[in-house]
Amino acid sequence: MSKIKCQCGHENPFGTVLCEKCGRPLTEEAKDSSMVDMRYEGSARRSQTYKKSIIDKIWNFFSSVKIGVSIIIAVLSTSALGTILPQKFYVPVNGNDPNAYLDYYERLYGTFGKIYYHLGLYDMYNSWWFKILIGMLGTSIIIASLDRVIPLYKSLKKQRTKRHPSFMKRQRIYGEEPVVNPDESLVNAEKALKDMHYNVKTEDGAILAEKNRFGRWGPYVNHTGLIIFLLGVLMRGLPGFYVDETMWIREGETREIPGAPGYLLENVAFTVETYDKESADAVFGEALDKNGAIVSNFQSDVKLYKEKENSLPGSEDVEFIKEYPIVVNKPLKFDGYSIFQMDYKTGELSKMKFALLNKETQKSLGEFTVDLNEPAKKYDLGSGSSIQLMEYYADYDGIVDGEPVSKSPVPNNPAFIFNMITPEHPEGEKSFVAIQQTLEVEPNDYEVKFQSVESRNASGLTIRKDKTLYILLLGGIVFMIGVIQGSYWQHRRIWIQKGEGSEMMVAAHTNKNWYSLKKDIDKVKETAALPAYTDKQDKDTAADTMEGETV
Amino acid sequence: MVIVRKLYGGREVAKMDKKKKRLYIRGALLLVMAAAIVFALTSNKEKKTLAVGDHAPNFELTDMDGKKVKLSDYEGQGVFLNFWGTWCPPCKKEMPYIEKHFKEFTDKGVQVLSVNIGESEFKVDTFIEQYGLTFPVMIDKNKSVSRNSYNVVPLPTTMLIDKNGVIQQIITREMSESEIVSLMESVQPE
Amino acid sequence: MDYASLSANLLFVSFIAYLAGTFFFGGAVKSSKTEKSYKDSMWGKIGIVITIIGFVSQLGYFITRWMASGHAPVSNMFEFTTAFSMMLVGAFILIFFIYKTPSLGLFALPIAIVIIAYASMFPREITPLIPALKSYWLTVHVITAAIGESILAISAVAGLIFLAKNIDLTKKSKERFWLEAVMFTIVLVLGFVVSSTAFSLSGYEADFNYIDKNEQPAKITYNYPPLFGMHDYEQVTTDTMKPWFEMPSIVNAKTLTTFVWSVASGIVLYLLLRLIFRRPIAALLQPFAKKANSQLMDEIGYRSVLIGFPVFTLGALIFAMIWAQEAWSRFWGWDPKEVWALITWLFYAAFLHLRLSQGWEGKKSAWLAVAGFVIIMFNLIAVNLIIAGLHSYA
Repeated sequence: MSKIKCQCGHENPFGTVLCEKCGRPLTEEAKDSSMVDMRYEGSARRSQTYKKSIIDKIWNFFSSVKIGVSIIIAVLSTSALGTILPQKFYVPVNGNDPNAYLDYYERLYGTFGKIYYHLGLYDMYNSWWFKILIGMLGTSIIIASLDRVIPLYKSLKKQRTKRHPSFMKRQRIYGEEPVVNPDESLVNAEKALKDMHYNVKTEDGAILAEKNRFGRWGPYVNHTGLIIFLLGVLMRGLPGFYVDETMWIREGETREIPGAPGYLLENVAFTVETYDKESADAVFGEALDKNGAIVSNFQSDVKLYKEKENSLPGSEDVEFIKEYPIVVNKPLKFDGYSIFQMDYKTGELSKMKFALLNKETQKSLGEFTVDLNEPAKKYDLGSGSSIQLMEYYADYDGIVDGEPVSKSPVPNNPAFIFNMITPEHPEGEKSFVAIQQTLEVEPNDYEVKFQSVESRNASGLTIRKDKTLYILLLGGIVFMIGVIQGSYWQHRRIWIQKGEGSEMMVAAHTNKNWYSLKKDIDKVKETAALPAYTDKQDKDTAADTMEGETV
Repeated sequence: MVIVRKLYGGREVAKMDKKKKRLYIRGALLLVMAAAIVFALTSNKEKKTLAVGDHAPNFELTDMDGKKVKLSDYEGQGVFLNFWGTWCPPCKKEMPYIEKHFKEFTDKGVQVLSVNIGESEFKVDTFIEQYGLTFPVMIDKNKSVSRNSYNVVPLPTTMLIDKNGVIQQIITREMSESEIVSLMESVQPE
Repeated sequence: MDYASLSANLLFVSFIAYLAGTFFFGGAVKSSKTEKSYKDSMWGKIGIVITIIGFVSQLGYFITRWMASGHAPVSNMFEFTTAFSMMLVGAFILIFFIYKTPSLGLFALPIAIVIIAYASMFPREITPLIPALKSYWLTVHVITAAIGESILAISAVAGLIFLAKNIDLTKKSKERFWLEAVMFTIVLVLGFVVSSTAFSLSGYEADFNYIDKNEQPAKITYNYPPLFGMHDYEQVTTDTMKPWFEMPSIVNAKTLTTFVWSVASGIVLYLLLRLIFRRPIAALLQPFAKKANSQLMDEIGYRSVLIGFPVFTLGALIFAMIWAQEAWSRFWGWDPKEVWALITWLFYAAFLHLRLSQGWEGKKSAWLAVAGFVIIMFNLIAVNLIIAGLHSYA
């Protein structure tokens, strides 16, 4: 590909629209138009330069903003599809059985739910095609930015103060007129522009005043931020960077924390608090009348322990680290981990109190309490009476092959085989006791009678560790810097130069906020004689001016 | 003329180099992006579970006699590591077979270690009594061994660990008597 | 007077002030013959003064309500929507002082009024915070997001003026149809306000028992005559009408009933307006848009996206993610509200790219700005009321 030589002698890369140095239009199209496209200073975007190998073709594909916008629109519209029905992770289905999910969607949403499921939309944000789409977006951001920022940087660096009249004439804001004393005007204009914090350069009867060029780099800075963010998201896939676990822990239990080997958590107590009319502020009265009780707090009071250095999993050689109330919005944090209050269950049985009664007289020989999670073998009632616990079934589920069975270790439906030792029966009488049920092998004189029950709560906690958070935050900060830089500072340039004789030319360009640019020129005009200019895109003002009024 | 041609040729070479360089840079960048997408598609955030060939993580649990048992105590021997619960029917079925062959294999250098998943001492004791178990039984009270180190989900789970501490087999279902024997044999040190 | 009732009164004052402000901005547009007199119009000056009074009063509402409840009043549908309208007016005042354009006020204030009216249809009592909302991020995230959205909304207002001015309404065209469709949508919101107010003034209530989607018995009270019954409903109030249809359990028949009533009243209202004025609404508004400078409206539309986009990103995405990480353990969970914030963001990103490198200015840009506002409103209204997710606190 050959270079394009401009009349001013500068050699421009192939594809250049406006000479990098003097601004002369180089293409036929640019020469014919009354206004030039200044977006990338008319520089040659690299992608358009070569179209040969397959790599170049792929590169060019991603370099196109049109493609970029198309990808954005594709992400946007597919994302919307995923919000029509709840996603997989919000669906209350236990386990990972695909049929259970299909059933759920079909039961609630009928045929539409079935189609939604089969199209994979029920878990679309994790689908391969959505990930590829995001990957393409990232690729497009990188390539399109690289292809533009380098030539833009070069051409802004190479720009000359004195531009060719053909460049001036093709700017959106342009004016030419003879003035009385061009040289004096130039001096005054220079001073006025400097006062307005413009960076002013002069060359042979020409002025280039420039401001906020760094605003031009905003888009590239914010794109860098986005790439850092996407990189952070990607890194979550690395082993050890990301932990996401849940645990159920009952009051009184100590459990090792899933995903955090070596750390143990004890659930001291779980509490739910509500606002009520007596204690809550009077302004809430109306709302509480209308809605009933409103929950004010979910709290798990926990103790954190750590296995001692060099001790092995399972050993009870632990040290206490801290006590902490986990509430919503205030997770427990330690060693990069956070533990969140997410869920709770109340009313799981924990203790049952019984009395040993004489069936006939209903006289009690004493009471005893069975801890359902740590039952004892024997309960001594004094004066020669005691209870032997022969068997205990936490979640009694009937009798299989002549033997009572428990279907889980959770005390949902406790059942017991007691041996009641009394002075009359030193060998004991056996009794099977379940909720609302007592079985005896042969008629007994004594019975164990249920008195009361204590229950306990369980906390549903989520354990997270995310080493990428700081990378994501950095990405966010860089993005914000870039987007602010690009949006709140506008790159303004004003060219003023002498033409033939007493002619003066003024042209101006900004990437945004033309209104303020025009105000700037008007301000210069207050002290320096400059030609009147027109904004070629503002047709309304032009029409007004015809009627004899100016802005 | 010759000089001009040489100059021209030189420029051509420089241009070719530049073109090649450009191709390499572009190719490399596209490759990186493609790799990133492939990584995103294949990387699995699911928790890593132990697999055959992994080194069995060491642990220390207390058996029902109050004796501390470490997995590393059995280096040089095969280990038949069984996770179970009293409520799980298949666990109950295989216990008598394990008990039946445990003695014989202890002499051959295969140790049985039986880990209960966090139940009460009462339940485990009555279970041992009921089935007359004589091999070491330990309760994993905090579920630290079963949940974090070994990530055991279904019960029973049995792991066969060879004399070098490497997991040879993982069985996550009920085993028959003959299976138990052949599994024990499989980790028997020569 | 206690803070709570003071707060309610201040909101009412601002509502009235915005109505008056609209009238004066209308006067400014009507009375001025030229661009200069339009900019320096006395009517316009009075208009902005009244608007500022209204804004200060609404700010007073916001602050006193905050003092009364002890938390930033952005915790439910009424509070958020009201705050949004306040910031919309604030953003308008800011833009007015840069560009001195009464037309913008003439269009922005009525939109703010409609939004306040819409907000008032939701429960207005002060509710205590549920655990999930107890965080200073509630204040930071919601207020920043609302400011961002309100500035973006100004771009839609400017876009609407641009379109009302530049679309030829004498000829049948797609553009004319869609402009009228936008107007119709605004009338629909009014329809909701009118019907809801009418039925609540009449004290209409119909109680039902029904079976919810988790197959649990539940109770519900309709404030509209129940056109649609909930799943397996049983009428408790006997003197009210019997629903025409019974809905399956996933459809909230009450919301559907409200929706149908609102649309019906909206259509009636729209037909009435057409009958009275014998012209499309857009044609009615066109003379008021004619004074605005097209180039300036395009510029305002673009600049408000430029100003609003970073604020929106910060509030609706970055602060949102930080809070989500603190409250829900993950910064991003593809919750519908989150997704729609992302969609909004992507949409404006596309807007900026199309404008910057495809040269989409003028009408195209104006249409995009209007579409952006539709997305914002969709996220505020439809996502909260129809697609229930973690954000459905209202």
